[in-house]
Amino acid sequence: MLETLRLALAIAGKDIRAELRSRTALLSAVVFAALVLVVFNFARDPTALAAVDLAPSVLWVTFALASMVALNRAFTIEGENGALDGLLLAPVPRSAVFLGKLLANLAFVGTVEAVTLPLFVLFFNVDLSRALPGIVGVTALATVGFVAVGTIFSAMAVRTRFAELMLPVLLLPFMVPPLIGAVQVTARLLAGRPLSEMLGWLRLLALYDVVFVTLSLMVFAAVVDE
Amino acid sequence: MVRRGTAITALGLVALAGVYVLALGYTPIEARQGAAQKIFYLHVPAAWCALMAFSLVGICGGLYLWLKDARLDRFAASSAEVGVAFAVIMLTTGPIWAKPIWGTWWTWDARLTLTLFLFFLFIGYLALRAAVHDPSERARFSAVVGILGLLLVPFIHLSVYLFRTLHPQPIVLKPSAPSLPPEMLQTLLISLLVFTVLYIGLVTVRYGLALAEDEWEGRADAA
Repeated sequence: MLETLRLALAIAGKDIRAELRSRTALLSAVVFAALVLVVFNFARDPTALAAVDLAPSVLWVTFALASMVALNRAFTIEGENGALDGLLLAPVPRSAVFLGKLLANLAFVGTVEAVTLPLFVLFFNVDLSRALPGIVGVTALATVGFVAVGTIFSAMAVRTRFAELMLPVLLLPFMVPPLIGAVQVTARLLAGRPLSEMLGWLRLLALYDVVFVTLSLMVFAAVVDE
Repeated sequence: MVRRGTAITALGLVALAGVYVLALGYTPIEARQGAAQKIFYLHVPAAWCALMAFSLVGICGGLYLWLKDARLDRFAASSAEVGVAFAVIMLTTGPIWAKPIWGTWWTWDARLTLTLFLFFLFIGYLALRAAVHDPSERARFSAVVGILGLLLVPFIHLSVYLFRTLHPQPIVLKPSAPSLPPEMLQTLLISLLVFTVLYIGLVTVRYGLALAEDEWEGRADAA
């Protein structure tokens, strides 16, 4: 178990190092998220709708779209120079490869989310001082599950024609339950509601994570093995 | 295979004409909804077939990853394509009924949302199949999407259900006895049977075609 984790961290470290050296994907994902926020600002009528009423949806649609851009990258870099074959030939269990890719994707999506959040506060003038720990928590909880599914689909999509289109078509339905839950919890957090009103949604998000991380771990071998 | 499937489908279509006659002539007019309620005899069986088709896609996907039998993959692909047809019937008859009864074509009710996403999942599944060239890779990928999709369905239902739901509550499969007049219940059950026959017929045709395609591809590769 510890060995698997060590190997997974090594694979994740490789991905993160490669990304930090080029920074192109990370940078474009962050810029993309910022642009979505800007576009959203013009999609609402400021005199009719208070920013805070729209804030949870804006935040989560931005997170979802930016994650999609980020996840597209996960296996495209492995496609170059047959890197994936090298990774799969290494004497490493498939579960370690999956966990490594999942951790790297989580780091990547997490970074994009961490940059988007302050921009969101800036553009939409939302007071996060009290709700911040809760929002960070629910973001982590909601992100893990769909990034796990996204890692699987990203590994599949690179082997298809129209990879950039295939990933959103497959993944967006899977983003719906975490997105609904996260929007509901975020809205309650911003309104300062008690924890008991969010518990149902938090349970749903946790259950989603458990089910889809486990399932993704199980089916990963079927995706990469000939 | 194709010929047998065509025969079953033809039988199903003739029986479907019978369902129309029953629905229009035999069942009573519903007191509050009037004639609009008649669509129930098409909508519910179509929804039933779409759900069944999609469940079978997921189950066959799981079995495929375990047994690696090409027949399972061929069946899953056939079931998904036929399922899309039934999902389209369900998604078109629904709004036609909803407009006069609810006063709106569409509402984000739990079951409507669920079936809409079911439709999207089917489409994604078929798009993926079309975009992968290698047959064994195609089978593995679509099996994975099938399983994940099957497990997604309860989550979508649960998360949307936490909002208020508008859809008529179950009236046949509920703990107490079905609350339908016998004529309506009989017609519905016959219609369910007829739609299932249609599903079997169409899937058989589609399976036969997939088989012929695979054989032809195999021959082309060998040559």
